[in-house]
Amino acid sequence: MKALDARRENEGAGRIERIRERANWMRRRSLQMIYEAGQGHPGGDLSATDVLATLYFGVMRYDASAPAAPDRDRFVMSKGHCTGALYTALAGAGFFPESELSTYLRPNSRLNGHPNRTYLPGVETNTGPLGHGLPVAVGIAIAEQIDRSGHRTFVLTGDGELQEGSMWEAAMLAGHRQLGNLTAIVDRNRLQQGARTEDTNALEPLADKWRAFGWEVVEIDGHDYVQLLSALDRPASPRVAPRCVIANTIKGYGVSYMHDQAGWHHGAPNAAQYAQALAELAGIEEAGVEDQA
Amino acid sequence: MSAAPPSAPGLFDCRDAYARTLEALAAEDPRVVAVVNDSVGSSKLGKFRDRFPDRVINVGIAEQNMVSVGAGLANGGKIPFVSGAACFLTARALEQIKVDVAYSAANVKLCGISSGVAYGELGATHHSIEDLAWLRTLRGLTVIVPSDPWETAEAVKAAAASGQPTFIRISRMPVPELEHRAPFQIGRAEILRDGGDVAIIAAGTLVHRALKAADILAAEGIEARVVNMSTLSPLDEAAIVAAATDCGAVVTAEEHVVRGGLGGAVAEVLAMRRPTPMRIVGFDGFQPTGSAEWLMERAGLTAAGLAAAAREVLSRKRG
Repeated sequence: MKALDARRENEGAGRIERIRERANWMRRRSLQMIYEAGQGHPGGDLSATDVLATLYFGVMRYDASAPAAPDRDRFVMSKGHCTGALYTALAGAGFFPESELSTYLRPNSRLNGHPNRTYLPGVETNTGPLGHGLPVAVGIAIAEQIDRSGHRTFVLTGDGELQEGSMWEAAMLAGHRQLGNLTAIVDRNRLQQGARTEDTNALEPLADKWRAFGWEVVEIDGHDYVQLLSALDRPASPRVAPRCVIANTIKGYGVSYMHDQAGWHHGAPNAAQYAQALAELAGIEEAGVEDQA
Repeated sequence: MSAAPPSAPGLFDCRDAYARTLEALAAEDPRVVAVVNDSVGSSKLGKFRDRFPDRVINVGIAEQNMVSVGAGLANGGKIPFVSGAACFLTARALEQIKVDVAYSAANVKLCGISSGVAYGELGATHHSIEDLAWLRTLRGLTVIVPSDPWETAEAVKAAAASGQPTFIRISRMPVPELEHRAPFQIGRAEILRDGGDVAIIAAGTLVHRALKAADILAAEGIEARVVNMSTLSPLDEAAIVAAATDCGAVVTAEEHVVRGGLGGAVAEVLAMRRPTPMRIVGFDGFQPTGSAEWLMERAGLTAAGLAAAAREVLSRKRG
């Protein structure tokens, strides 16, 4: 079965190199999408890219040619506005042609500003308004808990998104039902659209909140592939605590003028900024290779 | 929660048909599950839970999560029947119904229990008389308002088989079993009584009242057509246009506000395709406390009230 082949590929030697290569490509390609479209959410795309690259190219079992296969691992993008990261991951994984990324945000494109499962393969549920993805992921995980079919569910949430009450309704139920097949990753870049999360409606002590809702919490550097793999790759265990991975990330990671800047939540670089961004991304790509060596 | 409605011989609570049918479906199909918001009792799913304990997902008092969890269960291959008081299910979780169910085309069955003014005495917080206006605008969401126990059972079976996002509005107000003339089909209206002077297009608990109104009118020499519009979306526009063409005067009747529900749907069709004198009978905004029957009488949602509405619209009939 292809899914199992993909799994072997994901597990084989060179896994981290593969994730890194894919993540580098995703960053460049998503910025290109945003530059060409003239809009997007580059800050959150760049904070989330390493998480998605690790999941799609190092952890998850799926067959891109059979996106509805019942036993596939699921990924739900709760922070649905970060389509630059999601679409490059899905295209890179083969759910649709990479060339289609050039249609991003164009009239009638399948690549909406927010993902739509009814016409884009690989999207599990439509998101966009915040506070929806985690609750849907909990439902998917409950279905697996009933069937014991072994698939896993991963969901990436924004940190600002955790101000939505529906997230905690879902977190409470996941803890109560001990959904050991569910992993929620918080993209903890500490910025929401307008300001710092802690200046807006503070989330801390965030790990304690998740623990109080019955979750196991792992805090990691969300740009470190070794830590990401260790936190994300676990089997679907019945009746143990669901896992929350607080991935400490940098909004706008890899592009100096976007780094940790709320102002780059949405927007698009101009030509000079785009050229600078590509040059800087090439820099971190080389640095990454040196780190490994 | 209020006490059980008064029972009378020959009158039924549609929740019983709902629960019975769902249990039978679950026995046949392991994909059928129930999702509730601490509403096992009010949805009458106690027997279902006893028989299929692993297939009742009780999310507690959390309607937004209930609907989203339903969408997730559908993603996982289940056929979830998400059951809760219609007032909370539809209002509290409207964005979840819009995005996770309708827009995502998730195979979720939303069952609004004790709809309309069934919880009369509990007040406007517990009345669900705006739900049809909200839900029928959501493209892709089938909206069914069964008129009696048989149609409730048929609607539940049809929804389970359809693969489509569906809302079923289930009443607890006692209604009789009607004499249906055709098999139930989603999206098809049923003419329960033919007539050419005036058409009464009704849904849910108003259908049997419309039939009684037709009896009253017949005694006066007025022949009323009674149309059971049990599906609001997709709407049987042909049946509406035919009723207007054949009768030249239309009354609509629903346990809902007079804006945006069945009357609004019929008016949209007729304004564009066959302008016809109309009366929309329903509630005018938030209702006071009082028994369901008292509220219905007050709004003219009785046989006598519908007959009076028919006479009024007949006076405006052209020609």
